[in-house]
Amino acid sequence: MDFISILSVFVMACFVGYYVVWSVTPALHTPLMAVTNAISSVIVVGALVAGAAEGSVASKWLGLLAVVLASVNIFGGFAVTERMLAMYKKKEKK
Amino acid sequence: MEHVAPPSWVGLAYLAAGVLFIMALRGLSSPATSRAGNRYGMIGMTIAMVTTLATHGTASLLEIAGAIAIGGGLGFVTARKIKMTDMPQLVAAFHSLVGMAAVLVGLAAYLNPIAFGIAGPDGVIEVQSRIEMGLGIAIGAITFSGSVIAFLKLNGNMSGSPIMLPGRHVINLGTLIGIIGLVGYFTVDQSPWVIAVITALSFLIGFLLIIPIGGADMPVVVSMLNSYSGWAAAAMGFTLHNAAMIITGALVGSSGAILSYIMCKAMNRSFISVIAGGFGAAPEASSGGAAKVQRPWKRGAAEDAAYLMKEAETVIIIPGYGMAVAQAQHVLREMGDLLKKAGVNVKYAIHPVAGRMPGHMNVLLAEANVPYDEVFELEDINGEFAQADVAFIIGANDVVNPSAKTDKSSPIYGMPVFDVDRAKTVMFIKRSMGGVGYAGVDNDVFYMDQTMMLLADAKKMVEDINKALAH
Repeated sequence: MDFISILSVFVMACFVGYYVVWSVTPALHTPLMAVTNAISSVIVVGALVAGAAEGSVASKWLGLLAVVLASVNIFGGFAVTERMLAMYKKKEKK
Repeated sequence: MEHVAPPSWVGLAYLAAGVLFIMALRGLSSPATSRAGNRYGMIGMTIAMVTTLATHGTASLLEIAGAIAIGGGLGFVTARKIKMTDMPQLVAAFHSLVGMAAVLVGLAAYLNPIAFGIAGPDGVIEVQSRIEMGLGIAIGAITFSGSVIAFLKLNGNMSGSPIMLPGRHVINLGTLIGIIGLVGYFTVDQSPWVIAVITALSFLIGFLLIIPIGGADMPVVVSMLNSYSGWAAAAMGFTLHNAAMIITGALVGSSGAILSYIMCKAMNRSFISVIAGGFGAAPEASSGGAAKVQRPWKRGAAEDAAYLMKEAETVIIIPGYGMAVAQAQHVLREMGDLLKKAGVNVKYAIHPVAGRMPGHMNVLLAEANVPYDEVFELEDINGEFAQADVAFIIGANDVVNPSAKTDKSSPIYGMPVFDVDRAKTVMFIKRSMGGVGYAGVDNDVFYMDQTMMLLADAKKMVEDINKALAH
């Protein structure tokens, strides 16, 4: 992808993010933060590239360390979001 | 190692991951669809990770699997064990990890640019990639050190009161200009010292930016760091030309920015004034000093409160951070149940900045099994206080302070507050009459004719009320 296509994706995604986030109900703002945390760990993609690449030992270990950190976030973030969302219940019908 | 263009399915897979992340956030528009949304997020992440592994050689698959297992295990166990009241700290800690991961990825890309496809065979990194990399590392480092400070403050390892360094605005501005200048210089000189100094200065400024910000402003800080972690991921996405990372970064970046905006608006403060810090620094120096005239107030007992609420038609409960500290959400729900059994209409009212992060109170009430359709936002319920028999305030203070409406000199002037003064009876649970809210201002609600002060630990008091109600 050239720079302009990447930039287009980025700008469009900012707009999508703007509208999607405004539609999130305030009651779910904490789960929103937890799940955005989990998905921003998509940075793991970069960590995996570095961890899998040859050519620099230092780079590889930095990558692996980043994989560990990002994995804490991915598993922790999704799990804690799941746990929170499971608690939101409607009034039981009598 | 030459760089081959990846097959087109790879781009599509990353795009699919990005779309699934959008759907994950979209699901949060209602509690009913939220869990499906979370699953989309998990699928998206799996697609992104598998795609990367499938296209980048599997020579060190064992090490990578080990790294995922260690990190994943740690994260999973933490997520299971963490108390819901500690959620703000956990989120801050998670932000710091994203920040650090961004720094590490940036440094790894710097050390091995050919593997990332951003340098020619001679190892000279493309100019555009240098800017992206420099910015990614800088934002990541700020996110990391800022989140660590936010974590320490939220977790109580560090005083929640603002720490003011002399000349901090000059220091901060200088550091920031230094970072930007060095990122610029990095485009002409890719020596290791440049990237090292950028990293070090960014760690420093993240630290400096957050220490002057007080506990009450933490909802804004946590949201802001959420936003930064997104921009860091986006910057790395530019470096890697990866659609999934760019889409996610933009989503998270906007999400955090919107949450910061909502929080600032709910406190009637500008983002700049929050960032400048120092709010609630010296409680005794503000209006409290002069206004320390003894004013009459009424103390109530648990039995009186129970009697009045049982006779009431409508009770509106306003929880605040104090409820979280006292872990009183479960006994509070029991109280609500007992009242409902007695035929009372019970509602919960939540201020956008109640607690230490956006939506903090909602999660705690949900944890205590309060149905979410009994929980209302400020603007939806504020008109109902005039008809309410009892406004029951537990652990909140500034969000019910009428001086926000009337006293122009008050530090919280203009902040939207609950009109509890319109309720027939106000019950205010508070530890003692001594303390004031985080803003450090006295609260006229304490001294109103219809106010009953219930002085005790929040949990203890509600337990006593429950005992009296059960009779």
